[in-house]
Amino acid sequence: MTRLPITKTPKVYVGGAFIRSESARTFPLRDAAGNFVANIPQCSRKDLRNAVEAAAKAGPGWAKRTAYNRGQIIYRLGEMVEARRTELAAALRLGGATATAATKEVSATVDRLIYYAGWADKYEQVLGSVNPVAAPYFNFTVSEPMGIIGLLAPPEAPLLALISLLAPAITSGNTVVALASSAQPYPAIILGEMLATSDLPSGVVNLLTGLRAELIPTFATHAHFRALGGVANKAEQTALKLGAAESVKRVKLFAAEAPINWFSSEQQSVDALRAYLEFKTVWHPIGA
Amino acid sequence: MAAPVQIAVRRLFNDVGPVDYVGLEERVAKFGTRSLKKNAKRFGLKLAVSMIDLTTLEGKDTRRKVEALCQKARQPHDDLGTLAVAAVCVYPAMVPHARRALGPHSAVRIASVATAFPSGQTALKTRLAEVKWAVAEGADEIDMVINRGAFLAGEFSSVQDEIAAVRATCGAATLKVILEVSELETYDNIRAASFLAMRVLRPGDFIKTSTGKTTLNATLGNNQVMLEAIRDYYLETGVPIAMKPAGGIRTAKQALTFLVAVKETLGDAWLNNTRYRFGASALLNDLLRQLEKEKTGAYPAPYYFSEATESY
Repeated sequence: MTRLPITKTPKVYVGGAFIRSESARTFPLRDAAGNFVANIPQCSRKDLRNAVEAAAKAGPGWAKRTAYNRGQIIYRLGEMVEARRTELAAALRLGGATATAATKEVSATVDRLIYYAGWADKYEQVLGSVNPVAAPYFNFTVSEPMGIIGLLAPPEAPLLALISLLAPAITSGNTVVALASSAQPYPAIILGEMLATSDLPSGVVNLLTGLRAELIPTFATHAHFRALGGVANKAEQTALKLGAAESVKRVKLFAAEAPINWFSSEQQSVDALRAYLEFKTVWHPIGA
Repeated sequence: MAAPVQIAVRRLFNDVGPVDYVGLEERVAKFGTRSLKKNAKRFGLKLAVSMIDLTTLEGKDTRRKVEALCQKARQPHDDLGTLAVAAVCVYPAMVPHARRALGPHSAVRIASVATAFPSGQTALKTRLAEVKWAVAEGADEIDMVINRGAFLAGEFSSVQDEIAAVRATCGAATLKVILEVSELETYDNIRAASFLAMRVLRPGDFIKTSTGKTTLNATLGNNQVMLEAIRDYYLETGVPIAMKPAGGIRTAKQALTFLVAVKETLGDAWLNNTRYRFGASALLNDLLRQLEKEKTGAYPAPYYFSEATESY
């Protein structure tokens, strides 16, 4: 007797739960040869709003964790990805990557997570400072997470790029709402399942799938986002910057037109951490 | 002693009829599926704002906090035009401060919980004195709690007599009778208690779900039981009783769903703040946030609104 095939219903990971879009819409995922694979949730503006609420709820708790603990959790996420390498590689191959390229990307993804896990309790020493002042005061500059960060992932290296964007943001205590590439959403769906088993508190990372054109205006104007990052083309950048100016948020975007080598060591640095930090300078009287 | 109690229970329950639990749950599950967009949504949000009893009932309430609450009640937001809530709801000790803050003839009314809120467990004499004092200090509305212990023991006439006594003490003030639904345990009990209260209330007095001090507060289900009791009582006697769900309604979406229930159960005559109120504190900010979003097209952050203390 032949078994009926059991196929997976792709769902997005928001607020620690796997959900369909509230709009009940989907768009078809096709493999590189054009065959239908699955229906991917087409998230709406309302889903984005709900994801921001989830991120806001998780934020204070995540930011309050010790840097050491955040590092442990991100390391654990690396372990979870490592343990499910084949599944992720298969998801990447669905989008047309060769076996070698897929394996290489998964390895680079794990390495990137471990890299930022290491930074978690060290960036403050590098980025913070004790400033010289000509008065009997200590003068410190310390960093604080910004809050909720909106990220737009590119279709190239869909897994590695997504992790390269979100890992530095969460390492320093921010929470993230990320939109996976519309063309290559499947690795983000699988990644959600690893986030769920990684000790990362619910809502710290929220992954949406859907159409960029539909969601970018809300990314731009939603005032609860404190910063926007990722990859966007010229027209999208204009829309994002206009919206961001209105609600005074930081924008750090890569141009989609220029090729980015996500494997390069330039894509992992303490500067990526600095991009989503606010700095606070405090005067404290000496001897008081 | 047991026999007369059982007879009283049976008589009341036969009289008011049972609640179809399954049918009711199914009915309320449908209310959330109505699609309210654009103008209808704006109308609903503004209506909900005008129906709020902006509430602070904490041991740590101070004069300043009540004054700030009154200010917010009068003008919830700078950008949204003339918008005010129905009333502020405070402890009796805070009534004089609220009256001073709002002035003698304010459109925003002052509601005060009295009768040993939230438990109601003191002597009737003390409870009536509390009501009298609150009214004398300027409360326009009194929120009383029923004697749940007596109700559950089947002593219905004593529950009803106490409500009547408080009503008489209220004078011109509107009375709201808190059934504390979570302690009544079944829908049948909620319906029976609603009728018990309504039979001694004046037109325009309220029945109210809960104190907000227990774990389970207003839900669509118990709201619906009470709305249907109000409808049946109105059809029977012609006396319109008003309704106030309280506690647990925090989001604009929830509030709109409650309004759908009102519209579809009691009709447009109940869609105003003399017939329907929300007892809430956090709800107002979310309504304002949604109204602001409707106006500008952009979702504002919660910390753009007063009293949202989270800063993330």
